[in-house]
Amino acid sequence: MNASPSSALLSVSNLRTSFYTRNGVVRAVNGVSFSLGKGETLGIVGESGSGKSVTCYSLMRLIPQPPGKIESGSALFDGIDLLTAPEELLRRIRGKRISMIFQDPMTSLNPYLRIEDQLIEPLLIHERMPRAEAVKRGIRALEEVGVPDAARRIRGYPHEFSGGMRQRVMIAMALITRPELLIADEPTTALDVTVQAQILELVKRLQQELGMAVIWITHDLGVVAGFCQRVLVMYAGRIVESASTERLFARPKHPYTRALQSSIPALQSKGAELYTIPGLPPDLSKPLPGCPFVPRCAFAEEHCKQPVELMEVEPSHHSACLRVQRGEIQL
Amino acid sequence: MAEAFLELRDVKTHFPVEQGILFRRRLGTVKAVDGVSLALPKGEILGLVGESGCGKSTLGRTIMQLIPATSGEVVLGGVNLTRLSRTELRAARSRFQMIFQDPYASLNPRMTVFDALAEAIRTHQPVTPRQMPERVGELMARVGLSPRFVNKYPHEFSGGQRQRIAIARALAVEPELLIADEPVSALDVSIQAQIINLLAKLSREMHLTMIFISHDLSVVKHICHRIAVMYLGRIVELGAAADVFERPLHPYTKSLVSAVPIPDPQRERLRQRIVLTGDPPSPISPPSGCPFHPRCPFAVADCARIVPRLEPFDRGQEAACIRMREINQENIQHPTNGNGGGLTTDGHG
Amino acid sequence: MSVAAELPNLTPPDAIEAEPGSSLWLDAWHRLAKNRLALISAILLILLAGACFIGPLVVTNTYYEQNLALGATPPSARHWLGTDKLGRDQFVRILIGGRVSIMVALCATFVSLTIGVTWGAIAGFVGGKLDAVMMRIVDILYSLPFTIFVILLMVLFKDFEARFRWLEDYGIPFNLLLLFGAIGVVEWLTMARIVRGQVMSLRKQEFIEAAHALGLRRRRIIFRHMIPNILGPVIVYTTLTIPAVMLLEAFLSFLGLGVQPPMSSWGLLIKEGAEVMEEYPWLLLFPGGTLGLTLFALNFLGDGLRDALDVRASKD
Repeated sequence: MNASPSSALLSVSNLRTSFYTRNGVVRAVNGVSFSLGKGETLGIVGESGSGKSVTCYSLMRLIPQPPGKIESGSALFDGIDLLTAPEELLRRIRGKRISMIFQDPMTSLNPYLRIEDQLIEPLLIHERMPRAEAVKRGIRALEEVGVPDAARRIRGYPHEFSGGMRQRVMIAMALITRPELLIADEPTTALDVTVQAQILELVKRLQQELGMAVIWITHDLGVVAGFCQRVLVMYAGRIVESASTERLFARPKHPYTRALQSSIPALQSKGAELYTIPGLPPDLSKPLPGCPFVPRCAFAEEHCKQPVELMEVEPSHHSACLRVQRGEIQL
Repeated sequence: MAEAFLELRDVKTHFPVEQGILFRRRLGTVKAVDGVSLALPKGEILGLVGESGCGKSTLGRTIMQLIPATSGEVVLGGVNLTRLSRTELRAARSRFQMIFQDPYASLNPRMTVFDALAEAIRTHQPVTPRQMPERVGELMARVGLSPRFVNKYPHEFSGGQRQRIAIARALAVEPELLIADEPVSALDVSIQAQIINLLAKLSREMHLTMIFISHDLSVVKHICHRIAVMYLGRIVELGAAADVFERPLHPYTKSLVSAVPIPDPQRERLRQRIVLTGDPPSPISPPSGCPFHPRCPFAVADCARIVPRLEPFDRGQEAACIRMREINQENIQHPTNGNGGGLTTDGHG
Repeated sequence: MSVAAELPNLTPPDAIEAEPGSSLWLDAWHRLAKNRLALISAILLILLAGACFIGPLVVTNTYYEQNLALGATPPSARHWLGTDKLGRDQFVRILIGGRVSIMVALCATFVSLTIGVTWGAIAGFVGGKLDAVMMRIVDILYSLPFTIFVILLMVLFKDFEARFRWLEDYGIPFNLLLLFGAIGVVEWLTMARIVRGQVMSLRKQEFIEAAHALGLRRRRIIFRHMIPNILGPVIVYTTLTIPAVMLLEAFLSFLGLGVQPPMSSWGLLIKEGAEVMEEYPWLLLFPGGTLGLTLFALNFLGDGLRDALDVRASKD
């Protein structure tokens, strides 16, 4: 899409993931395609149910299958299709070349193991380093992420660290093998805002040092504005808009993006009534012909019922709004 | 100067930390709320912000008399709530209500909307079973819920709708004071807006005095008249919402404001951030003197000795910092010592 | 302009379902009904219980008629499950034995339920020192070997039989009462722990705080808000206690400490069958099989109830 296929680090094409539940088949990810260049920062924004997390879990094949199932699509990373590669090959990539950090630092770390054991595990497995050397690398990694008194604290247990510190440990663990891609699933949502600021600064600095690409999943448009170069906006399992950060905020090209911006207090004048998106997100277990946002869209028309694809409406700016594509409306 | 409707006089809520079954040994005290004094005129919406461990939720529950205050007084409309007997307190509860953070946990999963609202209404008002459906319907309409859902159970609603039910229940007793403890934190962004609008509207229509507890500064700034910033059980800054946000006086407020991400790439790139080092300290062993001094980029030697009080600055804004005037008059943003707190420009190309 | 009304399958704003609400109990019932195994087990149990209580009134053979000339015979047209050494019809004896086994199981479970729920609820509500003391008692009792304890109780109280002879006049065998008591006293411990845990976690729930904030009286909070929310696990655990109790009774009767002849229970029948199992295997097979089947059915039903009542499944 944006990066040309040859220089793209990751190229996802038509990913579809569904969950087979008691209440029907939930189409959590319904035809997602995007690409990511080396060293690029991509933000994926959406509310709950948008499919942003499931997309990335699918890439890493961390979806429990059953009840989940990756129905179709490809995810090319350095010529390897992550979705169909044999488990052996995938295991060599996961944790070494692609790392992931998760939202809840409390449950992401094993409470029974010392930090040291968890931190150096990727080194022992992927680089077959002797333990003594791995521990030294581990201490350095903790210092890099700003854990004070690292040589002593590496011997501690997760419960001895605060939430922010645990998240730093997670980042250290994710980056210790110098991966080419870091996927971060709402890592700061559960943290205080000052701690979030610290973590963001940290990741930014490390990214520049390592030349690493980052996919940052969040529901917070503010975080995206300060941190990401490009943004994907997801709704109901699809990408509805994709653009550079500046363009997305300055000239959004999808009614959902516009509505989202209007409902954030930070962007409104004090006391003004906030715009609210009427209705509820759709039930993903029912088929959704046409654009999924129609029932809540202020600009919806008859012909929005037709299936619509993500299309370039301006250079490097894609929208899945039929009316915008046809030039019928300006937002 | 309007007469204070709600007054908090040096409220303290301490929790002892003990060990042992029969002979309990005192290990320490968690000073969750450590001397808070406030005066709210009727109809004001006060925002109470702070990060985890600052004591804002505990303060909310102390005002609600759900947790007993260790010392100090809570006076509502001239009535000292802390001195009431059990029966008197129960009767007085119709004057103040609370909305909680988790909309699912705050509703009894085995009661329908009707049951929940009827129970609330019946507790303080004599309403016959004949009149009840109409009253319940009115309440639901007031919070924007369709009355056809009156027989449904909480699990059949979305998060935003459940929060509306919780608000309806709180309003059923016709309170004068409403404490909202992070009412939108558990909701999606687009739903947050609905609930914020609703609360603002209701507060106006019903002349409610409201305390809006949140960690989200931008939400608080939007809806509140005044903001109180808490840190480690104390109020460190108090003032009009716009003032506190745009011209913060206290170093903690400055860093809090600068940490809030702005959904506007231009402004994000240009802003100057004050990034704190370290984590918030634990309320069991607070630092000596000013509770913020270990992390403060402006701290000097005296800060470890003196416990600052809230001093007025200008236009009703107050802050608890001994260096308040120095820091803000000259408009410096540079730290004066190597306390670790750094000024970093957001140099993202 | 919204086209919500015309597009099928899209959720129109705010509309979820039709008017009536679906309570969690109803949801649970639906879930249970979908569980084939649990349903079959339930039907089986009902049939079995029905047979045990009504069967002997209907069938021609009696359980006490002896036919010494016949002796023990394998299943035949006249005696469906054979006869024992005294020529008594096994089928009816199993049914009659079933009456006793089922009754003992239900009564003893009721005793343990009452003690356990009360103990756990008090410990959970009051908390603090009282809770600590009450739960340590539970811990201590837990560490005692149950069967030996029950046997001890039975042996000790046998001496008091004379004192309670008057109960015989009302048709209540002292022995049975003792059995109910002994088993009940031993089985309540886990129930107490479960109830206490539920109550403690409920106390922290925000809707309980909200009930306090509304100014509701304590009694109302307990009965309207707390108890309905702990019923789920209590029901499940009760259904799982019944087979445990049944097995314990069978074991005691097998040892000769439980039900005494001429009354019969499955345990006694199994004992008699075991004594002659080489010569007349059907005398062990049928009572044993019936007990086993009943225990299976009860366990499957209990599991099904637990799955159905798991409240988490209905949160979004």
